[in-house]
Amino acid sequence: MKKIQYREWGIDSPRYWGLLAVLGAIIAIAGFAVLHMEHEGHWVTGMNNQVVWGLPHVFAIFLIVAASGALNVASIGSVFGQKMYKPLARLSGLMAITLLVGGLLVLVLDLGQPGRLIVAMTTYNFKSIFAWNIYLYVGFLAIVVVYLFTMMERKANDYTKGVGVVAFVWRLILTTGTGSIFGFLVARQGYDAAIMAPMFIIMSFAYGLAFYLLMLMFTFNTDGREIGDKVMKRLKNLLGVFTAAIFYFVVVYHLTNLYGTENHAYEAFILLNGGIYTTLFWVGWVLLGLIVPMAILFHPALGKSRAAITAACLLIILGGLSAMYVIVIGGQAFPMAMFPDKTIIDSGFFDGVNGAVSSYSPSLPEFLLGLGGVAVAVIATLIAVRMLQFLPASLADEAVDPHHS
Amino acid sequence: MSQKPQDSIDQKRREFVSVASKAAAAAVVAPGVFLHSIGNAAPRSEPVTDAVRYGMLIDTNKCADGCSDCVSACDRENGLDQLIKPEGASDEQWAKQKPRWIRSVKVKDNLSGKVTSLPMMCQHCEHPPCVDVCPTGASFRRVDGIVMVDRHTCIGCRYCMMACPYKARSFIHENVQFKLTSAPRGKGCVESCNFCVHRLDNGGTTTACQDACSHDAIVFGDLKDPNSAVSQALAEHASTQLRADLKLNTGVRYRGI
Repeated sequence: MKKIQYREWGIDSPRYWGLLAVLGAIIAIAGFAVLHMEHEGHWVTGMNNQVVWGLPHVFAIFLIVAASGALNVASIGSVFGQKMYKPLARLSGLMAITLLVGGLLVLVLDLGQPGRLIVAMTTYNFKSIFAWNIYLYVGFLAIVVVYLFTMMERKANDYTKGVGVVAFVWRLILTTGTGSIFGFLVARQGYDAAIMAPMFIIMSFAYGLAFYLLMLMFTFNTDGREIGDKVMKRLKNLLGVFTAAIFYFVVVYHLTNLYGTENHAYEAFILLNGGIYTTLFWVGWVLLGLIVPMAILFHPALGKSRAAITAACLLIILGGLSAMYVIVIGGQAFPMAMFPDKTIIDSGFFDGVNGAVSSYSPSLPEFLLGLGGVAVAVIATLIAVRMLQFLPASLADEAVDPHHS
Repeated sequence: MSQKPQDSIDQKRREFVSVASKAAAAAVVAPGVFLHSIGNAAPRSEPVTDAVRYGMLIDTNKCADGCSDCVSACDRENGLDQLIKPEGASDEQWAKQKPRWIRSVKVKDNLSGKVTSLPMMCQHCEHPPCVDVCPTGASFRRVDGIVMVDRHTCIGCRYCMMACPYKARSFIHENVQFKLTSAPRGKGCVESCNFCVHRLDNGGTTTACQDACSHDAIVFGDLKDPNSAVSQALAEHASTQLRADLKLNTGVRYRGI
């Protein structure tokens, strides 16, 4: 195998600056949306005292989950010793950082008191998984920076595997922590399930890889670098397997719920009569987010088409956002079982009168904030690959495949 | 030139400096001493103790259908009636976003069809999920059983609202123009019923909702004092906790559901 060469992203300047301008404009608009929400208060959002987490949380949690998953490519290379993945590792580490920063920005800017971030960083209640997550996220950023250093500094290459193992274990714990935000909530019917943590881990594998593949194909196409068919086949098959694994977890989660009578109302809400949540579950999450991408990725002809693989990646991301919407907002919209064996027939606080679902309509500023987080992740990645040597000069089969003849 | 006049001038200056410095010291220290004495005089300077656990019994048999006296009393006592709908917000939106510490709920038994009216508020759990999940510890439980929010450390993440099984908490979605000294609040923090803690800490023994209830449906007091009205009422009649399955050992108990 040849020695891997890395080169800065060579897209021509006008296109590069044009891209930065567009992304910068999105971020600026998102910034104004944040100022508007902070100045006026959360009443300008669709969130209320019943649905307390909204669209920003959908984006933030999706980005955080995708961030930990984006690191997988690097882990496969350095922890599991797959040579073919080694040239892919730097971009993987980079995207783990940028996606996490984008997600955390959204989360923090949605706080009622974002100015008190310093309080959150200095005052802890260690029984809270949120407090743990602050350490897990910050620690993850630090470890991945070191990990990237060991990859990019020749003298530190010997440490790549060791640091890679730490990063891999850390990311598993991190996503467990993110899934447990919901898994640990006893109050609500849709949460309080141990399966949330592993399900979030497997989701992260797929969403992170989908993001990664899109970025890889985009940066390579725009400056005329080659991604060999064998590399692409390995990556898209991996994505297909991760997608299938999500499918498995979704089936197990709902089958387990369906077995217990106490969960029947919640299951009916998600699977049958929950309006937007049912539609998003079946059409967004399952059909477009899982079945169609799997069909594309494993199809003998479509699976070879770069356009089809791009479409599959986009669908998986769309499915991921739908999944988060169903989990985060659907889980809150479903009325809480405050009085088992009784029906609430009147309430002064929207307590699910006669089973009524809590309403939530996302507002434009919330959406812009979420989009801003994605834009921050993308712009940071693009600037980094332009400035530093993150991208391998070639991923042609003969350059990376150890078995290439 | 003799030395004398100079000496006498020196003496006067010295006296002036001495008096002025004493006055300055007094001016600096006095307010502190004064505040200290006020602080000592007020009962709130004593730390709360776990010799007391505040709790409540709500007798739903007495709670009258259609009555909302406790709700309006709470609104007045805690300044919730001072909040103004933001300009541009619809009535429907405001109804869902304005804070509420106590609300009236009517439930129908699925088997018997029996209808019960009751007030719902923070249940002041011994093991409150809102306290478990709060990242900064702003959501806390006092040793006397009152669960409340420290508005100085609440970052407005709303995780406590996700965790509360009673939907007891409200987020302040809007700018606050008017508030009571006894119930400070600001945009972007979470709050909920605190058993009118400002009353209890200043020697009071009742809550606003209890005082307002003309049907005597609410009994409040010290659950650890066997002679308190609430302990005696609890000893006399069977009562339940809401969501008893969660084993939170709530400080608010209900009779008749």
